[in-house]
Amino acid sequence: MGKQPIATQRGTRRLRRPLVAWVTHHLRSLLVSLGQLLRSPLATSMTVAVIGIALALPEGLYVLTRNVKAVSSGWEQTAAVSLFLRPAVTVPQAEKLAGQLRARSDIAHVRLITPDQALKDLRDYSGFAQAVDQLPKNPLPVVLALRPAAGMVSSSGLETLRRQLAGLPEADLVRVDSAWISRFEAIVGLVQRGVLLLAGLLALAVLLVVGNTIRLEIQNRRNEIQVMELVGATSSFIRRPFLYIGAWYGLLGALVAWVLVTVAVALLQGPVSTLAALYRTAFPLSGVGPLELLGMLGSGVLLGLLGSWMSVGRHLATAEPR
Amino acid sequence: MVRFEHVTKHYPASGDALNDVTFELATGEMAFLTGHSGAGKSTLLRLIGLLERPTRGQVMVQGRNLGRLPARKIPYHRRQVGMVFQDNRLLGDRTVFDNVALPLVAMGVSHKETGRRVRAALDQVGLLTKGKAYPVTLSGGEQQRVGIARAVVARPPLLLADEPTGNLDPDLSREIMTLFERFHHVGVTVLIASHDVALIYSLRHRTITLSGGRLIAPAPAD
Repeated sequence: MGKQPIATQRGTRRLRRPLVAWVTHHLRSLLVSLGQLLRSPLATSMTVAVIGIALALPEGLYVLTRNVKAVSSGWEQTAAVSLFLRPAVTVPQAEKLAGQLRARSDIAHVRLITPDQALKDLRDYSGFAQAVDQLPKNPLPVVLALRPAAGMVSSSGLETLRRQLAGLPEADLVRVDSAWISRFEAIVGLVQRGVLLLAGLLALAVLLVVGNTIRLEIQNRRNEIQVMELVGATSSFIRRPFLYIGAWYGLLGALVAWVLVTVAVALLQGPVSTLAALYRTAFPLSGVGPLELLGMLGSGVLLGLLGSWMSVGRHLATAEPR
Repeated sequence: MVRFEHVTKHYPASGDALNDVTFELATGEMAFLTGHSGAGKSTLLRLIGLLERPTRGQVMVQGRNLGRLPARKIPYHRRQVGMVFQDNRLLGDRTVFDNVALPLVAMGVSHKETGRRVRAALDQVGLLTKGKAYPVTLSGGEQQRVGIARAVVARPPLLLADEPTGNLDPDLSREIMTLFERFHHVGVTVLIASHDVALIYSLRHRTITLSGGRLIAPAPAD
């Protein structure tokens, strides 16, 4: 009877470094849960691969649409009014007109394409070189390729410009590429929305995969959980390793997704460069940036945590005695 | 230390496991709980450890009314109650040391302090050299002593044991009981459920007997 209170007192005094103990405990269970994953490498890598693929799909599509948008923003700048002059208009006259147009505030840039240049381009890039060579004389008119000022790229602004240009005496035909551009943008917008929907669905899939994996883990460790409850572990203490396992799954899955997307971008770079060369541009595909990688890893961890949290909440509610 | 007031535990499947049980266990007392299997011994111990709640009546431990204890406080109650089981409930994939350390790990005791206390507990049960062994490599008596070390490592004021000698031969059983007496001598309140009547009577402690869920010999201490 006499010894017990003293021993207990000494014990509680030694307990008074809660923060250090708390941090070490968290780090420990973080590492222990990683160790548990690595102990069954096959099962773990299969789950991680499923999560990785599920995360890679929306991420890959996102990178794709981002690249497509980068292309189209390039087009917006070179867009997109072609002023075809009457055949009678000569190159010097056209140059004079070009000078007048350059002075206008709603036109950012004017490029004059002479009939000779246009014919040469047609022969070089259309694949009709032989047919072009058969022509007795150059049928092409002078073309002024205009780029509207930045503020003018709304469709109504372009329409006004088109009407004014069409009214010029030298003008034969005015073609505005705005319809094509807005159609293209609508498609990109649609694809982006689709990517968002897909991302939502696949995020749900990741939640379910992690949740189910954690459920099995809880079943396998039922005995350990019961013993921990008997010796006075709090429910948050018992839940923690499972939450960490979920977080690890999410993190590893996100890393796999990053590798998949990066490899895909590298594989696509060659064909894209060839295609870009056909259009006389260089177009380097941009992969996953550091911030995007951070976002991917973060959302992976978050999804893993959430998935295991849902599962743990459902399957670990055994602490309450009957 | 422990007080039961008209406690009844009813199971929908099997009826009343305990029926209007009233008794008190003083602080520092050592007592045996006997009766045939199915008499309600395990149920009584499970009520003290808050593994179950009574259907009617009150269970008080250290002045706490367990009926009023919210679920989130149950772990802290269990830290005050060391429990030993017939099947010892050790984790096979961990060493003896890690098994004994479990309560301290759950309490967030520092690494150094945990090592010190686990060694002290293993020393008390005479297994100081077996810390690195796995439970399956130990004999039944040794496994039971590991279970006891785990129950006392956090120095709980109350120690419960459910048939701790159920799987052991008489010599080992006596040894285990001597171990419990040693904890009793340093002030721990001990309650042991056992149907080994011969052994119990030879030890001359208070005996609480259950039959069909009822207390039949509410004998006073000694």
